[in-house]
Amino acid sequence: MAQVEMVDIYLMGKKYSVPESLTIMDAMEFAGYQLKRGCGCRAGFCGACGTVYRIAGDYELYVGLACQTKVEHNMYLAQIPFFPAVKAEYDVDELTPSASSLATYYPEIYRCIGCNSCTNVCPQDLNVMQYVAYAQRGDLERCASESFDCIMCGLCASRCPAHIVQYHVGILARRLYGKHVLPPAPHLQERVEEIKAKKYDADLDELMKKATDELKELYNSREIEK
Amino acid sequence: MYTPEMKELIKKVEETRPQRVGVDFPRMTPEERTEVLKNYHPDFIEEGFRPLKIGVNKGENAPQELADLLEARSRLEGVELNLEEVAYDVDVLVIGGGGAGAAAALMAKEQGAEVLLVTKLRFGDANTMMAQGGIQAADKPHDSPPIHYVDVMGGGHFTNIPELVRALVNDAPMVIKWLEEMGTMFDKEGNGTMVTAHGGGTSRKRMHAARDYTGAEIMRTLRDEAINRGVDVIEFCSAVELILDEEGKAGGAVLYNLETEEYLVARAKTVILAMGGAGRLHYQNFPTTNHYGATADGLVMGYRAGAKLAFMDTIQYHPTGAAYPPQILGLLVTEAVRGRGATFLNIDGEQFTYHLETRDVASAAIIRECVGRKKGITTPTGMVGVWLDSPLIELIHGEGAIERMLPAMLRQFSRFGVDIRKEPMLIYPTLHYQNGGLLIDEHGQSNIENLYVAGENAGGIHGRNRLMGNSLLDILVFGRRAGLHAAEKSKGVEVKKLTLDHIDAHHRELEENGVDTAGRVSPMLLPRYTHREVLETAVE
Ligand SMILES: Cc1cc2nc3c(=O)[nH]c(=O)nc-3n(C[C@H](O)[C@H](O)[C@H](O)COP(=O)(O)OP(=O)(O)OC[C@H]3O[C@@H](n4cnc5c(N)ncnc54)[C@H](O)[C@@H]3O)c2cc1C
Ligand code: FES
Repeated sequence: MAQVEMVDIYLMGKKYSVPESLTIMDAMEFAGYQLKRGCGCRAGFCGACGTVYRIAGDYELYVGLACQTKVEHNMYLAQIPFFPAVKAEYDVDELTPSASSLATYYPEIYRCIGCNSCTNVCPQDLNVMQYVAYAQRGDLERCASESFDCIMCGLCASRCPAHIVQYHVGILARRLYGKHVLPPAPHLQERVEEIKAKKYDADLDELMKKATDELKELYNSREIEK
Repeated sequence: MYTPEMKELIKKVEETRPQRVGVDFPRMTPEERTEVLKNYHPDFIEEGFRPLKIGVNKGENAPQELADLLEARSRLEGVELNLEEVAYDVDVLVIGGGGAGAAAALMAKEQGAEVLLVTKLRFGDANTMMAQGGIQAADKPHDSPPIHYVDVMGGGHFTNIPELVRALVNDAPMVIKWLEEMGTMFDKEGNGTMVTAHGGGTSRKRMHAARDYTGAEIMRTLRDEAINRGVDVIEFCSAVELILDEEGKAGGAVLYNLETEEYLVARAKTVILAMGGAGRLHYQNFPTTNHYGATADGLVMGYRAGAKLAFMDTIQYHPTGAAYPPQILGLLVTEAVRGRGATFLNIDGEQFTYHLETRDVASAAIIRECVGRKKGITTPTGMVGVWLDSPLIELIHGEGAIERMLPAMLRQFSRFGVDIRKEPMLIYPTLHYQNGGLLIDEHGQSNIENLYVAGENAGGIHGRNRLMGNSLLDILVFGRRAGLHAAEKSKGVEVKKLTLDHIDAHHRELEENGVDTAGRVSPMLLPRYTHREVLETAVE
């Protein structure tokens, strides 16, 4: 096995020496932390592990997901595992897919000053400011598509001078779009009606009674869709 | 980033690629499948299991690491706790904030029940959030619930409980409709037709997806809706033991506030366990795809209270876990990658198995290629794996297909210097899913009255092997059913005096059977990775 390269990192100001190949999350554990907060999926999907860091000698603050970012030498870091943002409560059934729905629940979207901080910090590399602009205009399709890969880590909101909670705006836009704009699947509707009319009940009852050998036979002679 | 040595090996993959486009490797015969499973699947490694010494399933095999937790002492031993001091008093207590818990809570709430959902980490920090590939439902014209039924039974080697499979396949279109009506953004064609694909073991293209963020899209929608509907949620709050009433019925749970480290009593007329899987127990030292909280707490609590387990000796290893780069070791490469046509290749760039075999068979075939035939590729950290030829997808579906269909995968690998549009992925099986769990009936009821189980901690639906896309489905089908039934049931329930006598009985049973618990307490709640470098795996 190759020689392990070590780097120094600073957690809560304390220095620890850790292998350079580790992610920030693994490095914190290597240093002795048992994580309670700031750790969910460990795979870049849940947004639990937003981390702010700085590298010695550089004044700029960087952010990243602790589970998806490698440690660097002289990294000073802190986690913001919980961001106290406001989530509006609404009934998507009753809302229209429009700018005014978004504006009713998140009026602060119109206070965007165009600083682009949200886009700069997004660990998913989404164009956050752009999707807020789509939201302002009521362009739900674009807003939904641009914000789709959002994992709701909250880093954007943590840096927003206008106090916009971008990720909550995104999900409202997506739900409105998914519900009211995307056409419902016709074949799905049909199948649901068939099931409610018990169309498959007899066949299913029949299958449930089959002996294993009969089922095996059916299974092994299945026709496979190309 | 691949090392120069690995890049050299990738050249062989590139050489054989043009000849492989559109050519399927032959499927295994049933006999071949049985043989590769017997010889190479981790479920057949005897040392990995041991018979349980206590409880309803005494004498039956369970993975060593799980048996260790089932045969451990309660965290409540020596804790002063007054069961009369009730902190929360509700109709339905849902434990676990993943997809099953959220679905159950929503349905129970809709019935007018007072619902409390408690969860260990944040609401949605769960395996559900991580599911990428998709969810099955037979909703296309040339498909049907009976066709789905046969696929599920075959996938489970005909061991599944028929009533549960029936519920699964027949409710499936209803579940998709329910999600669609909440605004879940499934991949669709212009007229609303669902874009559906194959998964391992399916006979029809019935995998519905939302890019490769399917689970995330479902989870965040359910979470959003649960909050909108006024479900009470407490985060960073683990359940540690069930509470029964003096008639032996479920009557609540002891909760543990992870922040203040206090224990609290929640009383409820019905309780739903939705605590998910066990990947973080790292059976047989495998890495895992599971989230941080997947520590089998539900199985431990349920078993201790007398609920029966089923199929505990069968574990799903996902054939495509990342073997490289080391930062993402064990993490999932979604099955949609092979669903879209990527194939497995050995060190010589040769295909060695059909790419859409069921997960158990594919995993065993990969282990055979690496361990048995020594044709795997070794990484600088000593891991071994085989190629999964992702660039093939661009050849089959056209340039840009990966960015469009697999953005999460593209992003994850590119963060660590691998461009999966141009370079193949290196993969090896990883611990993925608990096929078994606490035995339920078609309403999600366990054998303990007023105790329901839904989601990955339930067992019986998938028998000995689950097919991709049927788990997201099952957590919603049975989460909804459990929520409905538990809410209805709660209307007629009067909770008698609460007791924890079953914990004392459990301790006595441990002693009577001479179990040396060696200081172990359970449930585990959080895995301990302190001072660990990187996870080592079963492979040398
Ligand atoms: C990476 C990955 C990809 C997957 N891809 C697919 C796919 O494409 N298709 C498919 O069908 N299936 C897929 N699966 C499987 C599927 O996602 C899961 O089986 C399913 O989501 C489990 O749902 P659940 O609600 O039962 O458990 P989870 O979603 O894991 O939720 C359980 C919740 O309970 C909480 N909890 C645990 N212990 C306690 C406690 N003591 N007290 C309180 N709360 C507790 C957990 O923290 C968690 O929030 C995938 C799984 C993984 C890990
Ligand atoms: S832990 Fe989920 S994104 Fe990092």
